[in-house]
Amino acid sequence: MSDSDLEAFRAETRAWLEANCPPEMREPVRDEDDIYWGGRNATFKNDAQKSWFEACRDKGYTVPAWPKDYGGAGLSPAQAKVLREEMAAINARPPLSSFGIWMLGPALLHFGTEGQKQRFLNEIARGEIRWCQGYSEPGSGSDLVSLQTFGEDKGDHWVVNGQKIWTSYADKADWIFCLVRTDKENKYQGITFMLYDMASEGVATKPILLISGNSPFCETFFDDVKVPKSYGEDVPAQVGEVNRGWDVAKYLLGHEREMISGADGGNTGTIGAALARANGDIDPVLRAELAQFDVDALAYGAMGEKFLDEIKVGKAHPAQPNMMKYAGTELNKRRHELMMAAGGSHALEWESEETSGGKPSRNWLRTKANSIEGGTSEVMLNVISKRILDLPGA
Amino acid sequence: MPLYYDDDQTMLADTAGQFMAEEGSIKNQLRHWRDRDCKDGFGHGLWQQFAEMGFTGILVDEDDGGLGMGQVEANIVLEEIGRNLTPSPFLSSSVLAATALKHGSNDVKGRWLPSLLSGEKVYGVAIDEGRKHRPETIACKAEKSGNGFKLSGKKDFVVYGASSEMIVVAARTSGSDSDRDGVTLFAVPQDAAGMSHDSVRLVDSSMASHITFDGVELDGDAVIGEVDGGREVLDAMLVAGRVGSAAEGVGVARGAMDMTVDYLRQRKQFGKVIGEFQALQHRASHLYSEVEIARAVTIKAAQLVDGGSEKADLMASVAKAKVAKVAGLAVREGVQMHGGIGMTDEYDIGLYMKRDRALQEFLGDQYYHTGRVAELSGY
Repeated sequence: MSDSDLEAFRAETRAWLEANCPPEMREPVRDEDDIYWGGRNATFKNDAQKSWFEACRDKGYTVPAWPKDYGGAGLSPAQAKVLREEMAAINARPPLSSFGIWMLGPALLHFGTEGQKQRFLNEIARGEIRWCQGYSEPGSGSDLVSLQTFGEDKGDHWVVNGQKIWTSYADKADWIFCLVRTDKENKYQGITFMLYDMASEGVATKPILLISGNSPFCETFFDDVKVPKSYGEDVPAQVGEVNRGWDVAKYLLGHEREMISGADGGNTGTIGAALARANGDIDPVLRAELAQFDVDALAYGAMGEKFLDEIKVGKAHPAQPNMMKYAGTELNKRRHELMMAAGGSHALEWESEETSGGKPSRNWLRTKANSIEGGTSEVMLNVISKRILDLPGA
Repeated sequence: MPLYYDDDQTMLADTAGQFMAEEGSIKNQLRHWRDRDCKDGFGHGLWQQFAEMGFTGILVDEDDGGLGMGQVEANIVLEEIGRNLTPSPFLSSSVLAATALKHGSNDVKGRWLPSLLSGEKVYGVAIDEGRKHRPETIACKAEKSGNGFKLSGKKDFVVYGASSEMIVVAARTSGSDSDRDGVTLFAVPQDAAGMSHDSVRLVDSSMASHITFDGVELDGDAVIGEVDGGREVLDAMLVAGRVGSAAEGVGVARGAMDMTVDYLRQRKQFGKVIGEFQALQHRASHLYSEVEIARAVTIKAAQLVDGGSEKADLMASVAKAKVAKVAGLAVREGVQMHGGIGMTDEYDIGLYMKRDRALQEFLGDQYYHTGRVAELSGY
């Protein structure tokens, strides 16, 4: 696409956003329910949220880069970048967030059958089904491949037994994409990437109360859950081959790490100026630390840009998301430490209206999980050693 | 513009990389000249070769006989200089002085550019006064005298000053020491009466001068740009020089890191290769991550300079500060992970540490630039 075509697209996009994105949807996200997650039981917080979601859904803008057949708008990478830029320019909220968009979607686009894509991608794009991800188990955290949730082959279905942990929003999800062992003899090639309904008999969830006081994660239990092997013609219940789910899982972990890394600049912006404004008298030593942080944050911003540019043309090292995840999450933790320090006793408030219910301290605590979820910093460093630096025995 | 090299830039990086690894290697240049106690601190032969490759005029406009390329291209050469610790007047002559000359009259260009392009001469820049880089304050004075000026004062850290045919001097022509206005740039020839060099060898084996100007008479055509209006040109020089020295620092960091990771793959202790120890793996991986980030922000800053962006100044300081932090980490980890052998003169890793130290100070260290990031951001 030529530059002039792209500029025409920009003008068109700007006009469309102007007409379709209500002012309320250009306000910063304050509460969890400011984001629409979709699903069978979803409700809209207000009319603005509903109309913004529906406008985007009908235009394919909940998943702009997906093909039109699957509910997207079929935008080229350059067009998708323009849309992102124009949305950022007016602070537009995402019309729909979900693990279906970030995680399952990319996996299906890469590994799914045509039938799976037609059904599941459209459901995701239209916000009809909310997905959760069943990866970690109580005994399988960093060493994920040791997972033991087992699916016994019963001919036309599996019977799944086991337990998952850290399942994000399992209590609100409609379906799960889940790593299930289907061959006990084969560690890496004995895992199947299964899709099934959380309303199935034998599924139970229990939210986990975190140090932040919130419960975004659940324990999820499977007790003789019957998973049919097929949901119709060309719609198998597993993504990829049976027993080859680890390939899908690894592919997805790359995506997850990229997402958590904040490579898109999501949570790693500068803070010095804002904190100095908000808190007045800043200790000179703290000011120096803020400046050091801002240097690192601006540098990381350039890295994120470079990383995304390189991904687009296949120039990035395949293990680079691990480096991005490591650097981005460590940076974000530091960011919140400094925000707490600058905020003083105000930032300690856990329930006040002034802090919107303890936002500073709860967010600070939440960031501690950044370098744990999706692979710990230590695992990221192991992977860099092995796959990028080619160090022995790593 | 995407943050990776286009085809031409990739080709330039290959060419410069190969050239520097061969002709500009530590053995052929740094050690060669150092071990002969060379008073220049660099090889004129290699500078001639730079000219033959076109590098000397990389930032000089095509109309003026140069390659008319940008900061990204100059940085590509500088990264290879850094990686090979190649002693070279490239940064002073072809980035800083060349940026100044870009703003000169046709007479000024005609007088100085040809012998820069041909590699016959090298040029220096005299900005710092005192031990730290504080270009906001310029006390060195140039007073009106007849049709010209009379220059008095002192300058420090003039890299390769004693070998420079001409030195670009930032001097005060009006106002008080810390005024932004009232600064003028002069092209001072080596043989100017009243200019004396105290040339000293630095920790990295390069040479730098303390220069005293004792009523140096300059005629009007020594002025580069406008009288009293030199600050803008100086700012352009500083941005180009800072981003350039960041690129050289990236090269130093990568060179030290590559050497160290290689060593981790070979050195055996306790019956195994030390690269198998997780304590070392994690530190090496952290270093890799930091070096990648430092390199990304340096490329970003160079692109902003070439695009004439108003953010270029801020990002130049970000790049300089980040690279200083990261290159410092790379050389310290390099020496430590090499163990005892890292302390020997025979091994090259210590040379990286020395070069990094000198480069850190050049055009402002990490503390100066970190503070500048805060100021430019409004706190």
